[in-house]
Amino acid sequence: MNKVVTVQGLTKKFGAFTAVDQISFEVEKGEIFGFLGANGAGKTTAMRMLCGLSFPTSGTGTVAGFDISTQSEQIKRNIGYMSQRFSLYDDLKVWENIRLYAGIYGVPERLIDERTDLLLERLNFKNERNTLVKSLPLGWKQKLAFSVSIFHHPSVVFLDEPTGGVDPNTRRQFWEMIYEAADSGITVFVTTHYMDEAEYCNRVSIMVDGRIDALDTPANLKKQFGVATMDEVFHSLARKAQRGE
Amino acid sequence: MNAVVSKHITKRYGTVEALKGIDLEVEAGELFGIIGADGAGKTTLFRILTTLLLADEGEASVDGLDVVTQYKLVRSRIGYMPGRFSLYPDLSVQENLEFFASVFGTTIEENYALIEPIYKQIAPFKTRRSGKLSGGMKQKLALCCALIHRPTVLFLDEPTTGVDPVSRKEFWEMLRQLKLQGITIVVSTPYMDEANLCDRIALMRLGEFLKVDTPRNIIQQFGESLWAAKSQEMYHLLMDIRSFSAVKRCYTFGPEHHFTIEDTQVEPLKKYLRDKGHQVEINAVTASIEDCYMQLEGKNHE
Repeated sequence: MNKVVTVQGLTKKFGAFTAVDQISFEVEKGEIFGFLGANGAGKTTAMRMLCGLSFPTSGTGTVAGFDISTQSEQIKRNIGYMSQRFSLYDDLKVWENIRLYAGIYGVPERLIDERTDLLLERLNFKNERNTLVKSLPLGWKQKLAFSVSIFHHPSVVFLDEPTGGVDPNTRRQFWEMIYEAADSGITVFVTTHYMDEAEYCNRVSIMVDGRIDALDTPANLKKQFGVATMDEVFHSLARKAQRGE
Repeated sequence: MNAVVSKHITKRYGTVEALKGIDLEVEAGELFGIIGADGAGKTTLFRILTTLLLADEGEASVDGLDVVTQYKLVRSRIGYMPGRFSLYPDLSVQENLEFFASVFGTTIEENYALIEPIYKQIAPFKTRRSGKLSGGMKQKLALCCALIHRPTVLFLDEPTTGVDPVSRKEFWEMLRQLKLQGITIVVSTPYMDEANLCDRIALMRLGEFLKVDTPRNIIQQFGESLWAAKSQEMYHLLMDIRSFSAVKRCYTFGPEHHFTIEDTQVEPLKKYLRDKGHQVEINAVTASIEDCYMQLEGKNHE
């Protein structure tokens, strides 16, 4: 299976309001796919449907090989998810957080200890095994949250503005982890408001008023719009938006 | 005259030193930016300057008024927009504005000219409850409420965090207009690209100012030769540039990687990378504020 996400005519209506309007796209295995759009363009609604948290009004799609309309429970077990506010438990220790999420995602008991050791070693976290998450610096929490979200080796991980408010160095370290994950074959689906981060994606889609108005590699998008930066691409598209947030 | 002054402000929360002796001078009419990530101490500093929190040590004044002994007077002079939406969600747009005007003993009409350019964008929704507004409209309403008594100093705590690039640009345009009206603005942001829109900035990290100056001066003081590289395989290029011993620092920077190196080592580096199979393109570049922040942060670690 080389297409990890496929979507055709995906639509979500809330009453008379069409939040997501017939979007279609595919994401390949190991790809870093940037999902951009202004506030209110419909990103979150679309992402919720892909994560099995909300059903489409019409259209079809698969994530990790499962149907988003009929197999949402299987989807939830086969994806990773990390939001801006991480969702680690502050009052649990580092190893307890890992243990908790490993259990929730159904990692077999016999693999948890071994993978935990491996993870702590790779992150240089061995001395923090028993540290409460709340006393970790923000950048460490973020690395841990990302590692936890892919602990069960999902085929795709959804990152919802993972780097908001983070300093430039930490942001970069985080992106290097994304590169590494993608290099190991995990598909990364990421939203961001930082246009320099859009450049790190293999392909980028830009949503405007519920529709995908552009989808290509950053280099091709810049060429297509005749501009030098993704920031300019974004502005020329988002400025056309008719609806508010 | 200085609109905001702080002398050696410190604040601790338990064992955490949130502010480690902040000295600050903001001139009247200045648009002053405090640039730093989460946990830098920006909000703590704002809360002390707006009389909502007491410092452990040091003193501060706004418009020449002491923030501790003259806190009531200070409150009447300042506008404060906290990072979190802090209006009344059950009141309508207009009711919120009326409420804040009455608290400050004024009316909407009295200072309408000041808020008009912003308010007219949300006026079509003036009967809507503020809790039901979109993020961008909430932000505009909050700004109107912070301005309704025509403050001399406006404190904006991360007004653009989580806001998309187009709305961010609009917001900064509003700030520019307010500055023209003579209002002093102190604004914090985690976005390095917003630094260039300020008259002066403080780069803040872990309770300290790393640097305070105009964006232009900070960039001029970068003092290292900075290069940008790109090839067809960016992730491996990053690793390979770092593995060349003459390279001091190398990091991703949008479509390129930035790195510092002695000029004489650039040609050997090119050869090294070509031997590794990269079709590499290397150019000298001018530092941005983000490059400066990372340089200063790096020095701070040493």
